[in-house]
Amino acid sequence: MWRIFHKLGSPKWFFGIAARFMPWLLAGGLLLLMAGIIWGLAFAPEDYLQGNSYRIIFIHVPSAFMAQSVYIMMACAAVVTLVWRMKLADVFVKAVAPVGLVLTFLALFTGAVWGKPTWGTWWIWDARLTSMLILLFLYGGVIALDRAINDEKSAARAVAVLVLVGVVNIPIIKYSVEWWNTLHQPATFKLTEKPSMPAEMWVPLLLSVLGLYLIFGWLACVRMQAEILVRERRTRWVKTFVTTGKV
Amino acid sequence: MHPIRKKRLTIVLFLLAGLSVAVALTTYALRQNINLFYDPSQIAAGEAPTDARIRAGGMVEEGSVIRDPDSLKVEFKVTDYSASVPVEYMGILPDLFAEGQGIVAMGRLGTDGRFVADQVLAKHDENYMPPEVSGALEKASKAQTEAAAETATY
Repeated sequence: MWRIFHKLGSPKWFFGIAARFMPWLLAGGLLLLMAGIIWGLAFAPEDYLQGNSYRIIFIHVPSAFMAQSVYIMMACAAVVTLVWRMKLADVFVKAVAPVGLVLTFLALFTGAVWGKPTWGTWWIWDARLTSMLILLFLYGGVIALDRAINDEKSAARAVAVLVLVGVVNIPIIKYSVEWWNTLHQPATFKLTEKPSMPAEMWVPLLLSVLGLYLIFGWLACVRMQAEILVRERRTRWVKTFVTTGKV
Repeated sequence: MHPIRKKRLTIVLFLLAGLSVAVALTTYALRQNINLFYDPSQIAAGEAPTDARIRAGGMVEEGSVIRDPDSLKVEFKVTDYSASVPVEYMGILPDLFAEGQGIVAMGRLGTDGRFVADQVLAKHDENYMPPEVSGALEKASKAQTEAAAETATY
């Protein structure tokens, strides 16, 4: 196990492995996401209370779910950066932070669009919405801090500490609807219970969540590869890759 | 594991633990500020201030909605099934507003215990279902209450 872990630290090894997985991630992700979204938007039954406006859930929930997932992955990578000083972990954090930012923005935006017809307001400072906004700022802060420090190693450490500090926000987002009175409703998907919607609604929702996961994997690979090429531009393997296209 | 890494890992874990405790204490101390609204039972217990704009939230009590025929004025009771607060509102209600539905109203609590709202937002729960299912459920519950009423009369 430790051997794989140490191998993962080699940017060149990762570059080659990622290239092999990427087509599958993209194909599977697109397939699942399209299936989930088309099923959800066009074929799933409408809701008894909200009618068709609830259908934005098929975009809102996957993006909100991924926004938090990406942050947890970043926090794990930050621990690896701080403890093992593994370059690849820092490459990951740097590569996926903008993706997380976009997903968080998407979650907030679709939430506002959903909130207007159902609740009657675009925005309210309840615990769920506010903690999600903090997540958006955390992603922005991570990107800004990384850009602000020129030295690669000190930037990696500073960013890792910021990511770790921000991770306390994740349980707050998750449990905000249970700990406090909020306008936002509690989660429909629970780990221990059956989802509180019929299968013809939750299956497409699950498909789009899984699809977005795979798309994220693909995006992370693409962005990490680009970052690796920039960082390792002086090495011999990058030079041969650029001239011959082989790793 | 290498001793230096072990040390770094302990520092990271301490950082996380300390941070969690700090955030937990802060949010616990600020819980009433973080809560979006007061429950009817909190209002009944006198926990809500009467001199500030606050939010009250709960379910619209069945059979309590009185609409003024000449204006947009609405009166209803908000309940959490242990206490209820009368609410007055003048304006357009959200589409989801209905008896038995959750709402959050913003406004002022009068000294007489009446809540005068200037904004009413609808709150919905996490349950989604197709209209046929909800209709069938309603029919079933109605049949059940009717059956119960019948057995009661015999």
